[in-house]
Amino acid sequence: MFSNRLFNVLVPIISVLLGLIAGAIIMLAFGYNPIEGYIALWNGAFGSSYFFGETVRQATPYILTGLSVAFAFRSGLFNIGAEGQVFVGWLAAVWIGSSLDAPMFIHLPLTLIGAALAGAFWGFIPGLLKATKGVHEVIITIMMNYIALHFSNYMIRYVLTDGSDTTDRVLPSASLASEWLLEITSFSRMHWGILIALFAAVVVWFLLEKTTAGYELRSVGYNPHASRYAGMNVKKNIILSMVIAGALAGLGGAMAGLGTFGYMPTHSAFTNLGFDGIAVALLGGNAALGTVIAAFLFGVLKIGALNMPTAAGVPSELVEIVTALIIFFVASSYMIRWILLRFKKEEK
Amino acid sequence: MDNYVVEMLRIRKEFPGIVANNNINLQVKQGEIHALLGENGAGKSTLMNVLFGLYQPEKGEIRIKGEKVNITDPNVANDLGIGMVHQHFMLVDTFTVTQNIILGTEPKKNSVVDVKKAEEEIIALSEKYGLHVDPRAKIRDISVGMQQRVEILKTLYRGSDVLILDEPTAVLTPQEINELMDIMKSLISEGISIILITHKLKEIMEVCDRCTVIRKGEGIGTVTVKDSNPNELASLMVGREVSFTTEKTPPKPKDVVLSIKDLQVKDIRNAMMVKGLNLDVKAGEIVGIAGIDGNGQTELIEAITGLRPSESGEILLNNKAITNMSPRKVTESGISHIPQDRHKFGLVLDFPIGENMVLQTYYQKPYANKGVLSFKRIYDHAKKLIEEYDVRTPNLYTAARALSGGNQQKAIIAREVDRSPDLLIAAQPTRGLDVGAIEFIHKKLIEERDKGRAVLLLSFELDEIMNVSDRIAVMFDGNIVENVTPEETNEQELGLLMAGSSKEKAGES
Ligand SMILES: Nc1ncnc2c1ncn2[C@@H]1O[C@H](COP(=O)(O)OP(=O)(O)O)[C@@H](O)[C@H]1O
Ligand SMILES: [Mg+2]
Repeated sequence: MFSNRLFNVLVPIISVLLGLIAGAIIMLAFGYNPIEGYIALWNGAFGSSYFFGETVRQATPYILTGLSVAFAFRSGLFNIGAEGQVFVGWLAAVWIGSSLDAPMFIHLPLTLIGAALAGAFWGFIPGLLKATKGVHEVIITIMMNYIALHFSNYMIRYVLTDGSDTTDRVLPSASLASEWLLEITSFSRMHWGILIALFAAVVVWFLLEKTTAGYELRSVGYNPHASRYAGMNVKKNIILSMVIAGALAGLGGAMAGLGTFGYMPTHSAFTNLGFDGIAVALLGGNAALGTVIAAFLFGVLKIGALNMPTAAGVPSELVEIVTALIIFFVASSYMIRWILLRFKKEEK
Repeated sequence: MDNYVVEMLRIRKEFPGIVANNNINLQVKQGEIHALLGENGAGKSTLMNVLFGLYQPEKGEIRIKGEKVNITDPNVANDLGIGMVHQHFMLVDTFTVTQNIILGTEPKKNSVVDVKKAEEEIIALSEKYGLHVDPRAKIRDISVGMQQRVEILKTLYRGSDVLILDEPTAVLTPQEINELMDIMKSLISEGISIILITHKLKEIMEVCDRCTVIRKGEGIGTVTVKDSNPNELASLMVGREVSFTTEKTPPKPKDVVLSIKDLQVKDIRNAMMVKGLNLDVKAGEIVGIAGIDGNGQTELIEAITGLRPSESGEILLNNKAITNMSPRKVTESGISHIPQDRHKFGLVLDFPIGENMVLQTYYQKPYANKGVLSFKRIYDHAKKLIEEYDVRTPNLYTAARALSGGNQQKAIIAREVDRSPDLLIAAQPTRGLDVGAIEFIHKKLIEERDKGRAVLLLSFELDEIMNVSDRIAVMFDGNIVENVTPEETNEQELGLLMAGSSKEKAGES
């Protein structure tokens, strides 16, 4: 019989392996060599300092959106709205970052706080509706995603610029990009945001596992009735949870605005940074450390896959199917958990 | 030579890390009601699942009507005439009674399911045994008691002549229990043999012929019920002497702790459930609220504890108003509450049992300092309580969900009593528990009274009300209609008062 802890580690590992095997079968079926394909994937993620920098760069917002979904989940809420929270966070970061003139030690924190607040506000609305009117957060957060997408486009075109498709660049005093990182990673877009994301993971871990506020949030997530009986304010906790989740995803948006791009373009579709955060959180078991690891894995898949067409000749459409399969198995880790549990029962 | 229909000999069944059945013998005679008695977790359901083919035993042999058999799955059991009604019913909610009964064994006419024929057969069976089931009703529209009868019919329809009933009375009202007893009697009069799993001694004394006792997985023995008595059965079950009438000294009531004046409370559907109720509870006394479920008891307790708003009136604790305060304020002002529904309210089942022990106090010193939890202090405290109240758990990090019902309840009681409240509210504190746990909990309530605390007990079990209370407040239709002491009344009279007759009338009968 496996212990519970081992079990929690085993499930995501098996999910990833199954995804890789399924991807291999697809590549074989279409006449490509899966071993070459996966070597290309590996090299594409770790093969040079440039690729590694890009992988870290890609993982950075995933950590934050993953934490956002995980945090809400631990208090019993399903935050589908990380995507929209990324948009408003990005917008706020770029706006403050490009329009204010202040020394870095004031400007950068202020910009980050602005992004967090924007995301927090975007989480606050569904939280408030859930707490006071009992409206399901999934429905509201999905609608808030669309509002965020079109609202950001409008703001970029008509408020931040005069009909342009991109905003101004953020000023150096609000930028996370760094000459030094640029040099050591051969001009990848890796930026200091990774430190902010890792710091956020530590804060989330501490808050959830070590504080009275975290105790309440977890308790409300597991059993709102017992929490109310015990004197906790369930409504307050629902709102608080969505606000914090929103702030984390908003920071995820700031990573794009202050680090990767340095500006914000209008979008015709979602970035998927927030949606992928759902899979990241699931794979990470909704725990802080797990989310960080899962975010890196997603970074590896996204960036490494770019190398597969050139290095192994696998067409990029097929690469997308392979990565989607891996994500599929990861997302179905609940199914794998269920199957493992059956084995566990039948043992002996 | 005895005529046994079922013989289970030297049965052993293990689960990972636990021996659920060890060397158990069970011999059931043709046409008898045979009780299988044991505390929660003794291994009763496991033994019956072995007989029904759901589990394979590691050792032992099974004989049906003298033939040695190998019951590899429930279909084999079915063919041998064994039917089982599980603790949790296995019915399809949206199907009719008939559809549920014939599921899997549909009678066919020209390869079309012959519902009419099935219905006729079901009506015939139902009449024969006095089950009174409507074959066309949908499962979701009928009561739990009726659903249970459908399960019984299902086994009869398949031709079972050995019926296993796993704790059938746990989900029934007293009225339904009486009806089930009659049904069982009519079943055995037709030659069917019944194995009745229960931990209620009263039921065994009433209908059973013989009784096999298991304790912690071990077979203790089989007794003939009419040569035995509840005391003997109880001590066989728990392995020590058990007293039924709780020992207690006369109460020494002091100041009024809880005082309720003209209280009105509505339920979720906005119907007035508590209608101008008045009640006092003094320090050093146990006041038992007797009443039939649904007469406003739940709403009353929720109003006192802040879980439900009061429409009008006043609730005073130590002469200070606590009306419509938040649950947190109510708790802090000195009330502990053992809730009626321990899974919904009493515990966060997915938290470790250790963390559950500070559910109301986690934010206070010494468990937290400036918002940061001290797990060491929390677990030290939990360890102390768990030892003191003999809560059986593998360790403190085990999820509360994994504990047995009795141990979950002990954990809640430990937590609530330990806060040394001025007022202890205990709502149905022993529901579903076995005699050993019940005795323990009653003792604790009396101990608290003797320490000078006010205790408000809500129970639908008249035995419990009569045994534990110093004063009984009878609740009917949202009001306390009568205050009596256990000495000056009896269950008969209480029953009538609870049904709404006046004291004079009730006294006459
Ligand atoms: N499927 C199972 N896997 C592991 N342990 C089990 C299983 N079923 C029952 N047990 C354990 O076996 C013991 C006996 O359980 P059970 O037969 O349900 O008791 P009872 O019906 O007498 O209350 C308990 O300790 C229980 O936890
Ligand atoms: Mg059982």
